[in-house]
Amino acid sequence: METVLFTVLSLAAILSALLVITSPSPIASALYLVVTMFSLAGFYVLLSAPFVAVTQIIVYAGAVIVLMLFVIMLLNLKPIQEQIPAVWKFAGIAVAGLLLLTIFLSIMSMAVGIPAHAELPGGYGTVSEIGVLLFSKYVYAFEVVSVLLLLAVIGAVALIRKPDDAEAGRAD
Amino acid sequence: MTRRLAVQIELSHYLLLSAVLFAIGVLGVLTRKNLIVILMSVELMLNAVNLTFIAIAKFTGDLNGQLMVFFVLCVAAAEVAVGLAILISLWRQRGTMDIDSANLMKW
Repeated sequence: METVLFTVLSLAAILSALLVITSPSPIASALYLVVTMFSLAGFYVLLSAPFVAVTQIIVYAGAVIVLMLFVIMLLNLKPIQEQIPAVWKFAGIAVAGLLLLTIFLSIMSMAVGIPAHAELPGGYGTVSEIGVLLFSKYVYAFEVVSVLLLLAVIGAVALIRKPDDAEAGRAD
Repeated sequence: MTRRLAVQIELSHYLLLSAVLFAIGVLGVLTRKNLIVILMSVELMLNAVNLTFIAIAKFTGDLNGQLMVFFVLCVAAAEVAVGLAILISLWRQRGTMDIDSANLMKW
């Protein structure tokens, strides 16, 4: 059962990821990205991380992709003319292929050190276990991340403010 | 399903899958010119790393990997917010999504 689910989900993830980077329309890319995110959430459920799976769907499919679609639709973005010289395209494919080969070889060479199935402690991956860890061991990181999100909000607002807004404010 | 067909899914399968997803993300960044698609490719790479974290967390029985994914998620959300803001201001300045139009600091 796990094997079948893994095969189906990985095919869906890889195909939709390829479609994300190949489809000319940005809206189609965003929608294929939703498919990738959902199949990754499926993997998280398989890997006994149900809370992460739900968070993945809420944050990515629910917030990030919707934000991207809003931007694409509000700016009325059309597919742009992407004329990339064939040499560059081949160079890109070569770099990505070499990277993939390197990672493959390193995974294969460390195959001896890969742990088999570990005994999972009780309550592994549940909300309560994650919450306890988040508010004890990782509490400082948690606070830093909340400041980071606040800064992102302020930064985004500051960046998209029209340049003449400041002068208009001064004139008042 | 017969016993012979049932291949045990191991950690290396998950690692190889996330390597493939990461390489697809790199390919998207290197071969596309549309800024918003490049942003999506970066998201793809972040998600490939998240899959690695979760898989290793499961196979070593260590919950810390799952916590790390939450922090990656937060950073990704902040990155998308700031990235889209930069994209909108570039759109206002240049009226295009072409990455080649972002050449103000090029010399």
